[in-house]
Parts: sequence; C-alpha cells; structure tokens
Amino acid sequence: MRALTWHGKHDVRVDTVDDPEILNPRDAIIKVTSTAICGSDLHLYDGYIPTMQAGDILGHEFMGEVVETGPKSTLKKGQRVVVPFTIACGSCYHCGKHQYSACDNANPADNQDIAQTLYGQPMSGLFGYSHMTGGYAGGQAEYVRVPFSDVGPIVIPDGIDDDKVLFLSDILPTGWQAAEFAQIEPGDTVAVWGCGPVGLFCVQSAFLMGAERVIAIDHFPRRLELAAKFGAETLNFEESKTYEALMEMTGGIGPDACIDAVGLEAHGLFVDNVWDQIKVSTFTGTDRTHSIRQAIIACRKGGRVSMPAVYGGFVDKFPLGAFMEKGLTLKTGQTHVQHYLPGLLAAIMEGKIDTTFLISHRMALSEAPEGYKIFHDHQNDVTKVVLKPGLDRVAA
Amino acid sequence: MADLRDDAPITTSKRSDGIIDATENLLEAKGHSLVGRSVTINRPRAELYAYWRDFTKLPSFMDNVERVDLIDDTTSHWVVKAPGGKTVEWDAVITEERPDELIAWASTEGADVPNSGRIDFRDAGDRGTVVTATILYDPPAGFIGKVIAKMFQREPAIQARRDLRRFKQLMETGEIATAARTHKQLKEETA
Repeated sequence: MRALTWHGKHDVRVDTVDDPEILNPRDAIIKVTSTAICGSDLHLYDGYIPTMQAGDILGHEFMGEVVETGPKSTLKKGQRVVVPFTIACGSCYHCGKHQYSACDNANPADNQDIAQTLYGQPMSGLFGYSHMTGGYAGGQAEYVRVPFSDVGPIVIPDGIDDDKVLFLSDILPTGWQAAEFAQIEPGDTVAVWGCGPVGLFCVQSAFLMGAERVIAIDHFPRRLELAAKFGAETLNFEESKTYEALMEMTGGIGPDACIDAVGLEAHGLFVDNVWDQIKVSTFTGTDRTHSIRQAIIACRKGGRVSMPAVYGGFVDKFPLGAFMEKGLTLKTGQTHVQHYLPGLLAAIMEGKIDTTFLISHRMALSEAPEGYKIFHDHQNDVTKVVLKPGLDRVAA
Repeated sequence: MADLRDDAPITTSKRSDGIIDATENLLEAKGHSLVGRSVTINRPRAELYAYWRDFTKLPSFMDNVERVDLIDDTTSHWVVKAPGGKTVEWDAVITEERPDELIAWASTEGADVPNSGRIDFRDAGDRGTVVTATILYDPPAGFIGKVIAKMFQREPAIQARRDLRRFKQLMETGEIATAARTHKQLKEETA
C-alpha cells in the first residue's frame, strides 16, 4: 500500500510499504477514506519528537471502511468507522472508569518503559506518534491495522459525509473535553487561548454547555474570524494587552473559566519533556508557558482553568502562588476520546455541532508532503488539511 | 542505631547489605541479586494463579523463555533464549505452593543460571489482584554475564516489569499488545 512516512526533519514521503495484517483477535483492518494532518503532526515534521524512526507511518486522525476483522472484533466488513487517536483496551481499571487515554494495556510492554521513567506511569498507545506512545503505524495510509477494534472505532450511519465526522477522531472530543473540564455554569464568561482547531471546538462546546460569553484569543486574523462566526468575542494579542483587555471585558472580575488551547499542537505529550532532559533550559519560558501563566493570572478568584494544551516537561515561573491564593481548579489530560464519541456523533447528526467549516484543503494521499509543507508554512490560511486516499485511486 | 525498617517491601530498600539475609525467610535463596515487581490485574486471583501454575503457558508472555517442560508435578525444565541462537537451561523445583495465593521455586544443582523466587497473588478488592514477583538470581561473570544481559533484556528489573505487563495484557484483554503491522514484523519483534 501507499503511506506517508517520516524520514527526518521536514522530510516526509509517500512510500510503498507492506499492507497491514490482522495480528491479534480484536484487530480490524480499515481502508482509509479520510485522514487529517494534525497540528501535532507538525512537531514530528519539525523533528522535535524523539523515538521516531525512519519509515514510521504518520497520522492519528482517520476514518474509513472496515475491510477485515479478527475473530474477536465486533465490527463488520463494509462498515464505515471513525477511529479514536488514543488506543484503549476497554478492559483495564482505567478504561472501566472511562479514562481511556490512561489505558494500561494498549501501549506494548517494551515501549512503556520510557513514559514510565519520565512520568512515573506509562500512558496508552497512540496512532502514528513515535515509539514512546506505542510505535503504532498511523492513518495517513491506504490501510491501517486497528487494535482493540471492539472498543475504539465508532460506526457511522450511511449518508453522513466523511467531512462531518472525521474530527471525532481527535480534535472535536479534545475541544469538548477541555470545555467540560472548565466546568462551565450558565452565565459564565469563558476565555479560550488559541483558536486552532481545538480552540475553535472549545468555543462551540462552551456555548453548548451554557456559557453566556466566550472570549477567543489568538493573533491569526483568519482564526479569530472563525471564532467570531460561532459568536465569540475576539482578542488579538498583537493588538491588545491580554490581561488588561480580559479584566475590562469582564468588569474587573476576570473570566470564570480559562482554557489554554495554545500548546495543543504538541499533544504528542513528550516534545518538551524529553527535550528538556537533554537541554533543560531551552524550552522553558516559551510562549506556551506564557499562555497558561496568563490564564492563571487572568482567571477570576475561585475560577476554573482547563488545559488541553500539552506541557510535556518542567515549566519555569509557574504562578503557583496565584493559583493557590485565588483558589483555582486546574483540569487537564489527554483526551478520553472513546467516552465522548456517542454523544458527539449525535450532536453532529442533530446539527448542533459543525466541523466542516474547519477544512481549508482537501488533497490526495500522494500530495501529503505538499500538505505538510503548506500547513507548516501558512498557519493563517491553512486551518486544516484532509487527505483523501480515494482521490489517488480515482486518478489511478 | 535505631531500627530504621519501614513498611516498604524489602525489594525497594536502598541498602544492599542485609537484603539477602532479610530475603531468606521469603525465599530459598539461589542467587544474590534481588528483583521485585508488582502489578495490579483486573481479574480474579484464582484465574491468574491457574494460568501461571501451568508453567508450559509462561512462554506466551515471557518473551525470553523458549519453553518450559514439566518433569513431574513439582519439577520443571526451563529453556531460555541466549545470544547467538543459543539457550541456557535449568531445572526448577516448587518449594512452596498455596493454591490461588503463592508459588515459590528454586533452581536445582547445575543450573546455568542459579535462581529462585516467588509469585504472590493478593486480592485487591474491585481492582482485581496484585501479582508480585520476587526473584533472586546469580548473574555469572564473563560470557554468561552477557547471556544474562540478553536473557533479562538488559536488566532483570526491566524484564520482570515487561513480563508482568504482558501477563496483565493477556489476562485483561485476551491478547498481548503489539504495534507490528505484519506477521513478519511481529516475528522479528519477539525473536
């Protein structure tokens, strides 16, 4: 089959590789119909993520058609499914509590060592995201082996276009969970740092959860425009002073809930962390740290801070005093995708949530290297690139 | 000096002296390096014990164990992978056994790698069962030292940790997680 493979910094190629096979009883093989490039894929592209190996297949946002099933899979050939980027067994203690991204078993035993050393306990496996999180081949390919297919993938009813449901794989549930973690109450004002895909889904989710006002913070005009379309008030941090503006916009109180969706591209977990091991000071005090610091300072007393943005390592100048004295609550974590899928699919089908607005580019799988380049170089205009392996099949 | 012993398992002690002495009432000592590792498995104690007690099944999750032959009800013969396609072998005898609770063993005279240990199974309420492996072994020097390195995948603590993770995966999910894409890759990984 054809697949987008990583070879080094700014070097991704479409190669011919062996087709995946059913290896375990609960596996299924999915023929990919749509797969997106995630902001976090750019960190692989930029070469920041350790434990990548030449030839690794990228991609963790994908959906497609079931073409083969193991004896314990509950899927049927021909079904269309969206596959969560987090791989979870469904049988361990954490899966039982719907903490799917904390699954004990999905990360192969040997690969768990690095995360265990860095974090104290190993995390679940992810598709297409380095060997630390399992080394699973990703979805920017014609076919994918999907482990634990009886737990992860959600079946999509006929007649619903791929573009409407593809983002169930990662960014929509990630934005939704972040808003849920902000424990929004009716009448709340919610501030969202970062209007990338997840930030924009946070905006939509916050309104659905009863927020009266959402203030969206970014510096890309195109992204702020999209946030405004969903009813958010915008704050361009290159034009206005963020803290001062937030205080004035909330009558001197501060937002009731603050969501930091800036470092989100790095939801590869480990970028800064491992890098920090090598070069401790390099990544401290970056803008990413800045946004969580700002969120804590701006947040009203007794308010909530939600952090879908990923901070892999150690941060400097964390305002622990403000955090304690103001009595804030912080919730964070990788997304428990499987937990949110049924509810979010229903919301999409009822027209409560729209995801298609995000897609700015649709390309063939063979054009994936170009897709990475434009997504990397033009963040204002390229909001989301979706690859369609089927376009190659038509061309062939 | 006052007795500084705490309630933590002896396998987590910072002090190397005295560990072996302290271990003697825990194990029949065959070796001088101590490894201890626990894992919580979301399955009933009896089920886990039964799987483990059938030693011929152990290679399903112990990557370095090629096969275990049963000689009689308490004696087994172990064949373990070594570098260059070679193997190391020993006989092990069960020294203590309590159904659904404990299996202890020790290698017999002439073992390539003298070792002994015990596997404990304890109830963990609605979290299932805590399985604890405590292993004493002798890493011989020279060539055999290298064998050991490979045999325990670099380090016995890591090997025990990985084997227990695979046991947990197998018991909880019915399979052992792999990121391989093809049968060929899977074979290379477990070789």
